Amino acid sequence: MTTRKDYTRPLDIKHGRVDMGHGAGGRAAAQLIEELFVKAFDNPFLRQGNDGAALEIPAGHRLVMATDAHVVSPLFFPGGDLGALSVHGTINDVAMCGARPLYLTASFILEEGFPLADLKRIVESMAAASREAGVPVVTGDTKVVEKGKGDGVFISTTGLGVVPPGVDVGGANARPGDVLLLSGTIGDHGVAVLSKRESLEFETTIASDSAALHTLVAAMLDAAPGGVRVLRDPTRGGLATTLNEIARQSRVGMLLDEAAIPVLPQVDAACELLGLDPLYVANEGKLVAACAPEAAEAVLAAMRAHPRGAAAARIGSVTEDPHHFVQMATRFGGRRVVDWLSGEQLPRIC
Amino acid sequence: MKYIDEFRDGDIARKIADRLLAEALPDRQYSFMEFCGGHTHAISRYGVAELLPPNVRMVHGPGCPVCVLPIGRIDLAIRLALERGAIVCTYGDTMRVPASDGLSLVKAKARGGDIRMVYSAADALQIARQNPQREVVFFAIGFETTTPPTALAIRSAQREGLANFSVLCCHVLTPSAITHILESPEVRQYGTVPIDGFVGPAHVSIVIGSAPYDHFAQEYRKPVVIAGFEPLDVMQAVLMLVRQVNDGRAEVENEFTRAVTPEGNPTAQALVSEVFELRPSFEWRGLGEVPYSALKIRSAFAAFDAERRFELGYRSVADNKACECGAILRGVKKPTDCKIFGTVCTPENPVGSCMVSSEGACAAHYSYGRFRDIPVRVEVAA
Repeated sequence: MTTRKDYTRPLDIKHGRVDMGHGAGGRAAAQLIEELFVKAFDNPFLRQGNDGAALEIPAGHRLVMATDAHVVSPLFFPGGDLGALSVHGTINDVAMCGARPLYLTASFILEEGFPLADLKRIVESMAAASREAGVPVVTGDTKVVEKGKGDGVFISTTGLGVVPPGVDVGGANARPGDVLLLSGTIGDHGVAVLSKRESLEFETTIASDSAALHTLVAAMLDAAPGGVRVLRDPTRGGLATTLNEIARQSRVGMLLDEAAIPVLPQVDAACELLGLDPLYVANEGKLVAACAPEAAEAVLAAMRAHPRGAAAARIGSVTEDPHHFVQMATRFGGRRVVDWLSGEQLPRIC
Repeated sequence: MKYIDEFRDGDIARKIADRLLAEALPDRQYSFMEFCGGHTHAISRYGVAELLPPNVRMVHGPGCPVCVLPIGRIDLAIRLALERGAIVCTYGDTMRVPASDGLSLVKAKARGGDIRMVYSAADALQIARQNPQREVVFFAIGFETTTPPTALAIRSAQREGLANFSVLCCHVLTPSAITHILESPEVRQYGTVPIDGFVGPAHVSIVIGSAPYDHFAQEYRKPVVIAGFEPLDVMQAVLMLVRQVNDGRAEVENEFTRAVTPEGNPTAQALVSEVFELRPSFEWRGLGEVPYSALKIRSAFAAFDAERRFELGYRSVADNKACECGAILRGVKKPTDCKIFGTVCTPENPVGSCMVSSEGACAAHYSYGRFRDIPVRVEVAA
């Protein structure tokens, strides 16, 4: 008697779609995990096949943990996709605490009927982003919801990192006199995504700036130990909202110089056309820092020497202001408040 | 950006500012109303007010189309979405205007209403073509600028025989609003409007031309300078107004010659009169009923008139009593004169219409100019 070789027909990635079975915990789920997720993210932690991952943490460091849920429409856009975004976003949240990101976890909520080919594309992009950043996805989970109860795919990632001794970076640390540094042009991500929205498609060469910033952060911290006080990535709500958050946390004001804030001409033009303000448009690969005045030059030089900070600029300074206003000297020669974003940014009619 | 940056040049702005300082007579006050929300926005966003001499004051007028939209009209749009199951399409900043029962279009959307933001009337028409089984209503608001595209959409729908498309028409007219500001009974009640002249509309004037303003200059002895929406346009217009006042002239001048002619755009005007006719009266938020100040769809296009199609009954809803939008829209009061400004009424939770759009007088002041109300020590680091 001959024994049959153990064989399971592989997933039909090309034509297949997510079904409820993929989330039911049985063979179909195991197969999806094996053939798609483990294959893409492959690393020793995942290969252990346990419910969780046992991790090594360097001694004497403080732990930083950050979590982020990722939804974007459309899922694929110029310069990135949901997968890469979900890795970059969480790595950046960890890095903005002054930490070195070490591990990621990922959980997926898939909608029944979602094409496996698209899922593969997203997962592979995520894996590539994770490899490039050197931060492995060590554990994860998948659930499937019925058709109509999700928007294709949602990804939630959690990051774990460590803060080296002596580093103290936080939103409440800005002091009057500190210098505000921005790592590059603003609004690229938001405009790139908008340009592909179904109702709004327009031709553009703008690509999302989606990128991991932890090596840039490391270079900045090395350039002036103790000199970097606040780090934050201006994602949703844009630079304006991020600066208002910092002003409130640190109980200070800010004065920006509009002419110093880098904006790509294409982004400027798209915003002009759509009635948006680049200050409120999302970024996914930029950071803003408040630095001690004596450290600012060294930090700025380190930023400019790094590929993710080549267009870095000094955009203003921290002021003493009991009302915590973020103000801006306009290019035109006047001055105005740069307020929090209220609700969604809506285009004006005129 | 070419053709735009030229009109935002700080060096030229300073030169005009110097001229203004030299020419504005120190012993008198100048109050000019910029009618349009587009000007209000430009003044606030670029900090134009800081470049004007202290005795030149800009009064924000009622030309913010979102701000003057009465609660009752938004209620109609909400009812169409929630009770009649229609897809309601509208311009972006209409979404947040507060309506009755704590609702707005954004909140009605969260309750399941199919409400979509569009950039043009043509987009709404496209949605109607793509959803033949659904009623699609374009919630049409705005002054003379947005009226021709709505007219075009209605005419196209008729030619295509598009049976599921209609328009909830709330288009209003600029000249009648200016007249109302100058001579309404409420103005007598609030006192004389201290306005020395008007910065005339930019985009509206491209359509209607500069001739309709001659009346104000002659009848009311108020200078009008039509200006573009860029900050330099506004500065130059203010300088021209100061000169007119100093010379005792009251004329219609055109700063926006790169786009505005005396007769306007006759093609657009013909299209508008083909599709629309005057309403005997229309309610404006903050101004109340204003005679002959709005348009309705002609009976030849009745099938595309959402008010007729859905037999909508209009119910006027009073503004919050504490709200001073009415006096602010007329230029009689400043946003900071209102008790609830910045406390109960903020851009997050607007009570009055002026707080909704960044073109509204209150929202513009709150979002961009508030720091001027409070003495703030600004230390600029080296």
